[in-house]
Amino acid sequence: MFTDRSRERAILIFLVLLTGVLAVFAPSFFTAKNASDILVNITVVTIAAVGMTAVILTGQIDISIGAQLAACSTAVGLMAKAGVPLELAFLAGMGLGMAFGFINGVLVAYAKIPAIVVTLATLTILRAVMLTTTGGAWTVLPPSFRELGGGSVLGLPNPILYLTLILLAGNFILSHTRWGRSLYAVGSNPAAARLAGLSLERTLLSTFVFQGLMVGLATVAFTTRFTTIEPAAGQGFEFAVITAVVLGGTNVFGGSGTVLGTFLGALLVGVIATALTFLRISAYWVDAVQGSFILLAVGLDALRRQGRPLRLFRSRVKRIPGEVAA
Amino acid sequence: MTSLSSISKARRRSLADLPWPDLVLIVALIVAFAVMSRLSPAFLTISNLLEVTRFSAEIGFLALGMTLVIITGGIDLSVGSTLGLCGIVLGLATTAGLNIVLACILTLAVGVLCGFFNGFVIARIGIPPLIVTLATLAVFRGLALGFSQAKSFGDYPQAFFALGQGYVGPFPVQLVLLIGVALAVGIFLSRHTYGRLIYALGNNAVAARFAGAPVQSALILVYSLSGFLAALAGIIYTSRLSSARADAGTGFELDAITAVVLGGTAIMGGSGGVIGTLLGLLLIGVIRNGLTLAFIPIEQQSIIIGAALLVAVLLNGFLKTLRSRRRV
Repeated sequence: MFTDRSRERAILIFLVLLTGVLAVFAPSFFTAKNASDILVNITVVTIAAVGMTAVILTGQIDISIGAQLAACSTAVGLMAKAGVPLELAFLAGMGLGMAFGFINGVLVAYAKIPAIVVTLATLTILRAVMLTTTGGAWTVLPPSFRELGGGSVLGLPNPILYLTLILLAGNFILSHTRWGRSLYAVGSNPAAARLAGLSLERTLLSTFVFQGLMVGLATVAFTTRFTTIEPAAGQGFEFAVITAVVLGGTNVFGGSGTVLGTFLGALLVGVIATALTFLRISAYWVDAVQGSFILLAVGLDALRRQGRPLRLFRSRVKRIPGEVAA
Repeated sequence: MTSLSSISKARRRSLADLPWPDLVLIVALIVAFAVMSRLSPAFLTISNLLEVTRFSAEIGFLALGMTLVIITGGIDLSVGSTLGLCGIVLGLATTAGLNIVLACILTLAVGVLCGFFNGFVIARIGIPPLIVTLATLAVFRGLALGFSQAKSFGDYPQAFFALGQGYVGPFPVQLVLLIGVALAVGIFLSRHTYGRLIYALGNNAVAARFAGAPVQSALILVYSLSGFLAALAGIIYTSRLSSARADAGTGFELDAITAVVLGGTAIMGGSGGVIGTLLGLLLIGVIRNGLTLAFIPIEQQSIIIGAALLVAVLLNGFLKTLRSRRRV
């Protein structure tokens, strides 16, 4: 199977251009500390984005992950405060995430309700349950969390190591396992996938459970980074995650996309956010800039797919008429 | 409700062809009324019921636009942000000394522009509405935040507040406006060529295009209307609260979609209408107001609204399969 690497290349070129601009206007951007900060900053989003890549690959969407993250983090925090060992609390958090994913998955796959409606509803319900159970109170995390998140091995901060492991595992699962490949099949042609013997229902259900697990894993990075969890935590999180995935080249109609692309997408978002601060642009513009980027990325992609490329650069390879971009 | 009027009229005699979603909704409303009046004696008073409509009006405008959008098989997640951005535009314009009438016209124009942009990208470039409006949700909110720098604007002439706080006879001004807009949208859907085309589009976009219908212009029109109504909601929201803030209308898209889907408009497009949406809106308003009067906090109300949304979609799907089975 050929893999189209054009999106990854495009992001890399863009990253280089962006850092070029920064080199001129804000030379202080280039420090090892800042680079590591950016990576640590994007950890939570990137981990959840691995799950979202799977979801979007199958042509679905999950906008309840912000609420899931808040719920898992609060649960982990409360458990740790009650004296549950950290590892056990984290495992419980992952279980909780998978349970949320299971509920979404059943409603999408078996009750056949569109994913956007399901996750919109579970997002509302989950947020409401959170506010009711915590009474709006912030959960203060024990210092052991912070120690774990602030630690490092051989000079590499723990969050970066953790992120690297998950990215490698995610990449392996999506591109080298039977289950991972089935997502591509279901996303690019559900009817054909069914005829080939795949169960659409089971694939979709497991995809949402996988997303829940990734939220559980993201919870570990999230809780070890902050000292308190507010019930409204993770608001807009789903948007940042979807931005990373779509910028990273995953087809919004399903069927194509890679973990590497998603990582680069998240990196780009992280660099842009940091760059805005270094260029002394008010943080209030971040949403507008991110949203524009997602439109730009998807728009260019759609035009390319339709075979009428926007002539920003002259294409060296002549397009064969009727060829469909992968 | 149903689109092919002549055929469905001939078939109306069958029980299965009654407008079930509307009937279910009316029953739900009656139940909600009964429960709420039990929960709180203040609920079933004329003045309280009129207040329900005041708070529902802003969601109502969004929901009417959303009805059109969902009938085409699309979705518009950006309406809450458009509302916020339009409020800021209004605030900036009046602060800059612009006449309030001109400022309102400018605000409506900005709303139309937001919607037009959504429609243009969806129709001409061919990106799914979900992704486009998710992105513009961030863009419009970001613009509102950026332009306002998170400041609020509260400097309006006294006459402006009539829009959101005044009465026409015993009725809140926005209720009268909402009824007017609902009538207009209803007539547009049932009488106008483009209104009929919207149903065709939602049922089968490819067939509609092959039939030579101006699919792209219809889509752009629908999203522009949605933007226009969001701007109108933004003006009334600003007037009701006497100030404009960049975070106004956050999450309103959810309530609007819930109202539309509760109202029996198929989320996949092709069927639905204004009456259902108004009933759905009323149901949400009644639940929220009744529970508030019964001292149940807003968070717990949301649990009920979210669950209602899921039940409504499940029930409509169930009724649909039941009907199609009987026809065979």
